[in-house]
Amino acid sequence: MIYWDHAASTPPYDEVIQTMGEVMKQHYGNPSSIHRMGEDAAKLIRRSREVCAQALSVKPDEIIFTSGATEGNNMAIKGAALQYNSRGRHIITTQIEHPSVYDSCLELEKQGYEVTFLPVDQQGCVNLDELAAAVRKDTILVSIMHVNNETGSVQPLLEVGKLVKERNPRTLIHIDGVQGYGKLPVYLNDWQADLYTLSAHKIRGPKGTGILYKRAGIELYPLLSGGKQEAGLRAGTENIAGYVAMSKAMRMAGEHQQVFATEISSLRDKLIYSITKMPGLELNSYCNGAPHIVNVSFPGMKAEVLLHTLEEYGMLVSTKSACSSKTSEPSRVLLAMGRSHDVASSAIRISMGDLNTNDDIQQLLETLKVAVGRLEPLSRKE
Amino acid sequence: MNYDMLLLRFGELMLKGKNRGRFERTVLTDVKAVLESFPQAQFLKEYGRLYIVLNGEDHESLIKALKKVFGIDTISPVMVCPSELDKIIETALLFMEKIHLKGETTFKVTSRRVWKPFPHSSQEMNHLVGSPMLKTFSNLKVSMNDPELTLRVEIREQGTYLYCEVIPGAGGFPRGSNGKAMLLLSGGIDSPVAGWSSMRRGLEVECVHFYSYPFTSRMAKEKVIDLAKVLAGYAGEIKIHLVPFTEVQTAFTGIGQDNLIITLMRRAMLRIATMLANREGALALVTGDSLGQVASQTLGSMNVIGRATEIPLLRPLIMMDKNEIITLSKEIGTYDLSILPFEDCCTLFVPKSPATNPNLRIVEKIEHRIQTLPTMLQEAVDRTETLVLTSNSHVDLSGEEEVVNGDWF
Repeated sequence: MIYWDHAASTPPYDEVIQTMGEVMKQHYGNPSSIHRMGEDAAKLIRRSREVCAQALSVKPDEIIFTSGATEGNNMAIKGAALQYNSRGRHIITTQIEHPSVYDSCLELEKQGYEVTFLPVDQQGCVNLDELAAAVRKDTILVSIMHVNNETGSVQPLLEVGKLVKERNPRTLIHIDGVQGYGKLPVYLNDWQADLYTLSAHKIRGPKGTGILYKRAGIELYPLLSGGKQEAGLRAGTENIAGYVAMSKAMRMAGEHQQVFATEISSLRDKLIYSITKMPGLELNSYCNGAPHIVNVSFPGMKAEVLLHTLEEYGMLVSTKSACSSKTSEPSRVLLAMGRSHDVASSAIRISMGDLNTNDDIQQLLETLKVAVGRLEPLSRKE
Repeated sequence: MNYDMLLLRFGELMLKGKNRGRFERTVLTDVKAVLESFPQAQFLKEYGRLYIVLNGEDHESLIKALKKVFGIDTISPVMVCPSELDKIIETALLFMEKIHLKGETTFKVTSRRVWKPFPHSSQEMNHLVGSPMLKTFSNLKVSMNDPELTLRVEIREQGTYLYCEVIPGAGGFPRGSNGKAMLLLSGGIDSPVAGWSSMRRGLEVECVHFYSYPFTSRMAKEKVIDLAKVLAGYAGEIKIHLVPFTEVQTAFTGIGQDNLIITLMRRAMLRIATMLANREGALALVTGDSLGQVASQTLGSMNVIGRATEIPLLRPLIMMDKNEIITLSKEIGTYDLSILPFEDCCTLFVPKSPATNPNLRIVEKIEHRIQTLPTMLQEAVDRTETLVLTSNSHVDLSGEEEVVNGDWF
């Protein structure tokens, strides 16, 4: 069996698992307790924060620990919207965001905010002129992803940052960095990012942990009420073992980023090149995208059918993003990229990790050929 | 094109007569210690100056490290070129490009011909170098009297040095060149700054910290150790004496004179610190007192408190405003630690209205009445733990395993 679903979740590093176990065993004190065990736990959290901050070249007090990307994105978008609604009630995002961003924006729309969902081109990138035209005096937030989770398309964040801040220096920029960290270089300062979301289990860390970077000086309205953890922004007892293990994963993934990008993008190029030669398949990913995601459609056949056929041969891929793959609707992202209903309903996502090899790719390609050959006679031609 | 050298100038230690040699040697030792992390860099000594040849080392991180060396007055990054007129002009132009002029800038060239066989005099050189610069950079305007920018050109036989930036160093006297004192180190903002100021004047400092379990927490003690470690970054290593103060402190609570508790406590601290000073061969005490800041730092209080010791009591911050102290503490890197919210023993048992003008005779009478006081002070000294810290030592107070296991991160 070969696992091709790293954009959904990754196998944790052995060191992460070991750390997690040791810390859980030794440090079960509540970091808010003021006795020795509490103090020790608090110390571990402080160190975790320093390590995460260092990995992003930011200050430790700019790191908020969360339960993952969904919480981070909700906290950033709703927190900023509630905090700054006296400045304005206009938000800009894109049509291809992850549901935790997209649906947060829809939610705010219901609450009376105005949201501009920017379209993307055929390769899945936003048009900068349209972005520039959308930024207004009352725009409080632009939320845009680094790497798209379904197709791997990469947004021009440097230009986005420059444009937005030129048009309105008070507009905050939130970047959903979940699929980018450890795969591509991250430049929070150059991007002029005010908020940046990460999830640990996408970078071989533990599930249930993540961070939200919040640039010093920016306030968010807290979504959870209770204790004063995370500087009052996120009430709830800290996940100590998770945070320590996450900081380890962040450090390791950050250190491996260059090697990852070089090695995995060569696998991706091979995959893309070979798929272009297979009749019946249509690519939705490009060589200028992220190194680890290849999205391909088999028009005329529901995505689930191809997925399960590949599974019979031991290849685990996914349809759309894991968070929405159980609904059998066409992919919103692919529709936004101008794909037909048919193409958008028949797409599978192959996402690679640093353990995948050239041999794996070879096997996958052969299996794909066999599966498509088997299904071809059954497909519904338009 | 990068800088080739750093030029370090010694400060007022150059004014000293017979001691100058010893002072310079100390600075050299410290500079050598800094250079250990920059293996390519080499130094050249000259009268009143020190040159560091970078050989490709990053000048910015080296400057950052050298700013911690006391006795260095200023630092200038230098470009070197062969002592030939066209090479000098070419380098001067490169230099200006590197500086990135912002708007109109007044400047002048100051040349010095150390190597007399060079065909052009210093005066001529000022013109020869200045005029092509004016032609190339339209933002530059000449000002002889008060230029914003002075390009210095030193022509020597082995090469010509060009520099214009003069970055302030730590200044002061070399480490330990003016004897030793005991610093009363609380966890606050002031005392670490007082320690740094003393060290800058060449005092060797040993820290004395008073703790009162269970009224103060383990974190308070660790915080002070962290503060001492920051100071160790300026001194190579630093000694800290941790004095158990609970018994002395609680002895004062039962006497029915709450408004004098701070006065009594501070006097006891000075006595213990003096005993430690005698033991360690230190000749003075240093405190972070700043006139009028709190009740124990009024003139009246300082009079009564200060009489508890017969050795000099140095108060480097006495006439500084709080804001100035805070700015300094940020510069030396102790501020963020100082503001961590752990109570130290100075803030414990603070009465509602502490005396700002205590009566010496009453204070002495109370002390006399507590017959066990001298024994308690001696016991506190005997039970004092002493640690020697460097800026990256790991201190383990509890004797248990290190809490933050490096393998976990």
